[in-house]
Amino acid sequence: METQQQLDDFQARIDAGEKIEPKDWMPERYREQIIRMGSQHAHSEIVGMLPEGNWISRAPSLKRKLVLLAKVQDEAGHGLYLYSAIETLGVRRSELIDQYLYGNAKYSSIFNYPTLSYADVCVIGWLVDGAAIVNQTKLAHSSYGPYARANLRICKEESFHKKQGYEMVAKLAEGTPAQRKMVQSAVDRFWWPTLMMFGPNDSNSPNSAELLKWQVKLNTNDELRQHFVDRVVMEAEAVGLTLPDPDLKFNEETGHWEFGEIPWDEFWDVVKGNGVMNRERIKSRRKAHEDGAWVREAAQAYARKKNLSREKAS
Amino acid sequence: MNTTKELSVKESKIAYLLRLADDRLILGQRMSEWCGHGPVLEEDLALANMALDLIGHASSLYAYAAEVEDEGRDEDHFAYFRDDYEFTNLQLYELPKGDFAFTIARQFLFSSFSYFQYQQLKEAKDEQFAGMIDKHFKEIKYHLRHSRDWVLKLGDGTEESKKRMQEAFDELWMYTGELFYIDAVDEMMLAEGNGADLLSFKDEWKKLVEDTLTEATLSVPDWDQFMMRGSRTGMHTEHLGHMLAQMQFLRRSHPDADWK
Repeated sequence: METQQQLDDFQARIDAGEKIEPKDWMPERYREQIIRMGSQHAHSEIVGMLPEGNWISRAPSLKRKLVLLAKVQDEAGHGLYLYSAIETLGVRRSELIDQYLYGNAKYSSIFNYPTLSYADVCVIGWLVDGAAIVNQTKLAHSSYGPYARANLRICKEESFHKKQGYEMVAKLAEGTPAQRKMVQSAVDRFWWPTLMMFGPNDSNSPNSAELLKWQVKLNTNDELRQHFVDRVVMEAEAVGLTLPDPDLKFNEETGHWEFGEIPWDEFWDVVKGNGVMNRERIKSRRKAHEDGAWVREAAQAYARKKNLSREKAS
Repeated sequence: MNTTKELSVKESKIAYLLRLADDRLILGQRMSEWCGHGPVLEEDLALANMALDLIGHASSLYAYAAEVEDEGRDEDHFAYFRDDYEFTNLQLYELPKGDFAFTIARQFLFSSFSYFQYQQLKEAKDEQFAGMIDKHFKEIKYHLRHSRDWVLKLGDGTEESKKRMQEAFDELWMYTGELFYIDAVDEMMLAEGNGADLLSFKDEWKKLVEDTLTEATLSVPDWDQFMMRGSRTGMHTEHLGHMLAQMQFLRRSHPDADWK
C-alpha cells in the first residue's frame, strides 16, 4: 500500500527537480505510466523503420541511399536505448514487444501512413523528425532518469535526421517541376498527420495531468504543437513550399501562428487501426518477429551449450 | 581497341574497380533488404551496418573508377545507368536474400574471401587505392567476425538452425567457384602491382571455410561439384534485373534532376 507520506515525499523529489532512478521508491501508477509511454515510444521507433525503409532500395543516388540507411539504422538504435531504459523497471523487452504485436500497446500513428514517393521520406525527416525532436528535447528532462538519458542520446541523432531531411526537401523544392510536385504532394499528405503526432488537444488528453504532475512530460500537447508550428511555418516559407492550411495566420498579439482545425476524426480512425497502412505494419513486424524465432532460439541454445562446456571445463 | 599498353592498363583498372564495386553494391543492396525485418533488434542494427559499409565501399570504388576514367562521370553513373549484362558482380551476391541462414552463409563466404583479398590489395602500389582498401579492411574484419560467429551459433544451435545453415551452404556452394575466376584484367592488375593474387590464398581461404563449418558441426559441401561461371563478363541470374529495376527506376525516371 502506498502511504500519503510516500506519495508526498515522491512529489517533493519531483518538484525539487530530482531524477527518479530504477531502485528508488515510486508509485505503482508512475511506474505504469513510464512503461506505457516509454514502450510506446520504443515501438514507434521500430515501426517507424518501415515507411522510410520502404525507399532504401529505391533511393535515387548512392549518397541518399547511405543517408537513408544510416537514418533507419539509427531508429533501430533508438528503439534499443528506449527498451533498455524501460527494462530498468523490471519488465522484459520480449513482453513489451508482445504487447504491441499481439496486444493493445500503441505506437505513433504517423507510421501508419504510406510513403508514396521518395520525397515522402525527405518530408518525414523534416516534419516528423522535427516534431519528434520537439517532443524528445523536452523528454530529455523527464523525471525518470533512464528515460531522460535515452531521450538525450536520441536527440543528438534526430537533429542530424531533421537536418538531412530539410536539406533534401530544400533541394527538391528548387529542383525540376517533377521534384517540386513530388515534395509538395508529400507536404500536403504529411502536414496534418504530423500535427496529430503531439496527441489530442489538452482538453481531450486523459493522461496528461498525471504525466505533467510527475514531470514525466513537461509540456502539454498543445504547447508542443504550437512550438512546432511556429518554427515550421518559417522553414516552409524559406523553401517556397505551401502548408495545406488556408487558416494559417500570424497573430501579432500572441506572437504565434494560428492554424486550422486538425482533422481529429481521421486521427481517431488511424488510432483505432484504420489507417492506410496499420494492418500492413503490424503484419510486417509480426512476420519479422515470427520468422526470427528460430534464430533467437538457436542463439539461446548455442549459449547454453557454451555455458555447459565452460562449467564442465572448470 | 587496345592499341597501346597504356590504354589497356587504364581499361583493366576500371574493370577491376567496377568488379569490386559491383560485388559490394549488389550484396549491400540485398543486405539492406533486411532493414526493419531482422530476427532481433541487435541484428537489425548489425545487418544495416554491414549494408552501409558495403554500399559505402562500392560508392568510393565507383568514384575512383570515374576518376580513372576521366570522362566527367560520377559514382552514380555506374550504379544507376548500367544494365544487367554490364554489371560484373558475382552471381553469388545477387541471389535473393533468403532466410537469415542464407544471408549469413553468403556474408561469411564474401567476408572471408575479402579478408584475404584485401590483405594483398591494401599493399597496392596505387596509394589512393591502397588507402581506400586499408580503410575498408577494418570493416571487412568486423563483418567476418560477425558472420563467422553466426555460422557457429546457427550451425551448432538447434536442429532447425543447423538444417537451415547446412542448406544455405549447399545452395551457395556452386557460386563460390567464381570467387577465384582470373582473366586478363586480374593479370594486368597483378602485373602492375595493383591486384591480388587470388590463387596464392585459395587454400588458406578454403581451410578457413572448412574449419569454420566443421566447428559449426556442419558438413563441407563438395568443392569439386559443378561451379557456375560467367559473372565477370556479364552473365547473371534473372534476379539481378529485378533488383536493378527497383534500384534504378527513380533515378532513371528523372535523369536530369539533382538527387545528391
